[in-house]
Amino acid sequence: MTVSQQTLDEIALSRTEYEMIIDRLGREPAPLELGLFGALWSEHCGYKHTKALLRTLPSSSKRLLVAPGAENAGVIDLGDGLAIAMKIESHNHPSAVEPFEGAATGVGGIIRDIFAMGARPIALLNSLRFGQPDNARTRYLLNGVIGGISSYGNCIGIPDVGGEIFFSDSYNGNPLVNAMCVGLIENGKVASASAREAGDLLLLVGADTGRDGIHGASGLASKGFEEEAEMRSAVQVGNPFLEKVLIEACMEALELPGVVGLQDCGAAGITSAAIEMAERSGMGLKLFIDRVPRREKGMTPYEVMLSESQERMLIAVTPGGETQVFELFDRWDLDASVIGKFELGSNVKIYDEGEQVCSTPVITLTDSPEYKLTSSKPAWLDALQKVNMNAIPMPNMPPIKVMLKMLGSPNIASRFPIYQQYDYHVQTNTVIEPGGDAAVLRLKGSKKGIAISTDCNSRICYLDPSIGASIAVAEACRNISVTGAAPIALTDGLNFGNPETPDVQYQLTESIAGITRAADAFNIPIVSGNASMYNESLGSAIFPTPIIGSLGLLEDAEIHATVGFKSQEDIIVLIGTDSCWDEINDIAGSEYLELIHGKVEGQPRLDLDLEVRAQEVCRKAIKAGLVTSAHDVSDGGIAVAIAECSIIGGIGAVITKALPKRWDAGMFGESQSRILLSLDNKNIDQLESIALSHNVPMTIIGFVKGDSLEFGDSLSIPLTVASEAWQNGFNLATSE
Amino acid sequence: MKFGIVVFPGTWSEKDTQYAVSDVLGYESDYIWHDDDNLDQYDVIVLPGGFSYGDFLRCGAIARFSPVMQAVRVFAENGGPVIGICNGFQILCESNLLPGVLMRNDHLEFRCIWTDLRVENTSTIFTSKATEGQLLHIPMSHGEGNYQADEETISRLENNGQVIFRYSDTSGNVTSQINPNGSVNNIAGIINERGNVLGMMPHPEKASEKLIGGDDGNIIFKSLIENTVTSLK
Repeated sequence: MTVSQQTLDEIALSRTEYEMIIDRLGREPAPLELGLFGALWSEHCGYKHTKALLRTLPSSSKRLLVAPGAENAGVIDLGDGLAIAMKIESHNHPSAVEPFEGAATGVGGIIRDIFAMGARPIALLNSLRFGQPDNARTRYLLNGVIGGISSYGNCIGIPDVGGEIFFSDSYNGNPLVNAMCVGLIENGKVASASAREAGDLLLLVGADTGRDGIHGASGLASKGFEEEAEMRSAVQVGNPFLEKVLIEACMEALELPGVVGLQDCGAAGITSAAIEMAERSGMGLKLFIDRVPRREKGMTPYEVMLSESQERMLIAVTPGGETQVFELFDRWDLDASVIGKFELGSNVKIYDEGEQVCSTPVITLTDSPEYKLTSSKPAWLDALQKVNMNAIPMPNMPPIKVMLKMLGSPNIASRFPIYQQYDYHVQTNTVIEPGGDAAVLRLKGSKKGIAISTDCNSRICYLDPSIGASIAVAEACRNISVTGAAPIALTDGLNFGNPETPDVQYQLTESIAGITRAADAFNIPIVSGNASMYNESLGSAIFPTPIIGSLGLLEDAEIHATVGFKSQEDIIVLIGTDSCWDEINDIAGSEYLELIHGKVEGQPRLDLDLEVRAQEVCRKAIKAGLVTSAHDVSDGGIAVAIAECSIIGGIGAVITKALPKRWDAGMFGESQSRILLSLDNKNIDQLESIALSHNVPMTIIGFVKGDSLEFGDSLSIPLTVASEAWQNGFNLATSE
Repeated sequence: MKFGIVVFPGTWSEKDTQYAVSDVLGYESDYIWHDDDNLDQYDVIVLPGGFSYGDFLRCGAIARFSPVMQAVRVFAENGGPVIGICNGFQILCESNLLPGVLMRNDHLEFRCIWTDLRVENTSTIFTSKATEGQLLHIPMSHGEGNYQADEETISRLENNGQVIFRYSDTSGNVTSQINPNGSVNNIAGIINERGNVLGMMPHPEKASEKLIGGDDGNIIFKSLIENTVTSLK
């Protein structure tokens, strides 16, 4: 029997991969088996094009408790008997097809990964990318995605405290929806997604299984898609209420003596969840597929195995332990059913009504092919990098107009219109709310706090994937450092185009190298991550977008800094540079260059050593209580950073340095490693000595004063005018 | 003096409430599961925020039929103090323990913001530690907090001093611009005629410490504690 091309296409396996399966099994796979291979060998579950690269990411740290890839999420030690589980995950393709449910179930999925570790989820973040903001399709996707996150997240009592949103033509038709979740665990209570001994039972708990999401992992997320309407049935439908009670029931279940393992049932459903559990346990597994409670009649074993119905978890219990689990889940009005049994051996055996329908070696299923990537720099990229920035003309409008346009850019304007739709107070730990560089949460019962953020400037990654990825790490850490927290762990959400093409292979390889170099410079591990490939539409890949989620530790949550200027007459200092204004080459890849000149070109730069030192100076200054505000200088450059500190603080600023001839580059250049501080005059000597001892340049650029923004003698903007542009920019840019 | 904090499947503010009344203020509290109907050991009942039973059908519409709500009704009828916060307010209205309804926010979006609540009546067991016209800085977080009732009910509430909190600006002005959800007369919280049942949309339990943005919520719990302890003596 030869399998048809159509069947292979449905599950996104190549003919060569099919031959490989036959070779490994020594026979043709049965149709159900082929479905299992399709799911587990999908790019989404099998990481075929990325796993060789992912192994090269730094993962060692004395704080590391659970290594990346070993379990549902990585775990990092905070001291004081506390640990954090964290992970970022994409739900790009489902959100492109059905934005509301796609985004909602993305939130649901990442939460399950976190509580599967035994961690109580304490924060959510969302990193979003959309196409042109004034496009009707973008508005539909934007409203759907934000609605989905809002609807799901608000219902389950986990605060949504941060993230980013960025618009670029590159995401037309293929938005990125990455969700990050952070959970808190008592050290020593970390759960594992495995069974302990042969004879342990496998329980499926939570929602019934329906036909939704079949081929989600293999079809939707693992190849290009053009006929989106046809793929809609591959998108799952979320029920946040069910997830909320599932969290509570599972957290309680972990306290039961018979419960030995907990596993999320996410992409590729029971197939991926159960078989990965068997692999992790080093055992065989019998699955009684007819015992899976179903939402609809007539489902085949194939459909049950591949369904991606949401709000389901697997629990491993010792024999006899199931009774207490049943009682517990009954109290929460949730289903719990024994659907399998771990055994000595190496095969997964699937039974339907007593008849064995499949017996396949676990390792054959989970050992997906590994592809080597080529990495040669495309000629077009060389050309883009070599563009002479001096050839960019001066803007054909005065500085005040450019400034207001920048403040109102949908990539810069206040995100309040979005985050006011998310509950960011629940659990009463939020010390720094969304709207700052990073969110800060206190940890009850401890003096400590954590800072969390996500970052990735994909324009810069496009212009130089390696430096761009390093900058993503640098900025994600800088966001943390400006609160006073020390970065201790990262998670990476890799979003790329078709990995079978040479350009994307180059971008992937370079990005991983860039992340590695920067993480090494900061000496922190990547504890978890996710890779989403095939992000393209109409044959064109998205900008490479390696989103970095960062975690920082505050020894004392009370001692932190925020963005807004606080007091009249405070001195404004820029650290990381000895010049107030950037030079022309610093507009490479900047928001200014795209917004005003419609260009994405130039060669971005980063001095990692300086970056690490500048952040250390900032943290020390905050810890010593020297500064009254701290803000990362990034999108929009120094002028936008100053305006943000003023608008948020409600006090003006006087910049005493005269604007340079190329005021556009000076104000809006985006050179890295710069942090804007304000402080009382009496602390300036102490700050200088810290900066000097770390060999970090700093420059006094002005003072906090009045109710306008004054740049040299030539530019004055009333704060109310700047504030209005910044506050209203997002809604104006994204409305009809 | 002990707080009973009711927990429905889908409730998410029970831990924040317990933290505020027990960890911050130092009073005893227990969770009460939705199918429990014995409230004998409690002096104050809190119906906290969340999405009881998923709030399918209508917010609070299923919760009103729960065993615990039958007991809460009796508790309230006997004069026991009951405070419903957010979803708890919705449940109290659905249970007819308070008049009116909470409709979808007029702009149709969920809103999570800090509000300034003007205290309209300080002669209640919930507000005795506030001063007349004081502004309480307390966050809200809801999609359906648009308080509406027929004209007669509204004028009765207004005339009896049953409107306890109104959304106001930072200077205490009650304006339509500052109204976050379309509530009639900017109403954020009301009490029943007898004065022992309070419903409010904003979350006092989320304003329990300065580190998380403010502790004005404690004024409400402290009032309740003082008056309950006095009545127990």
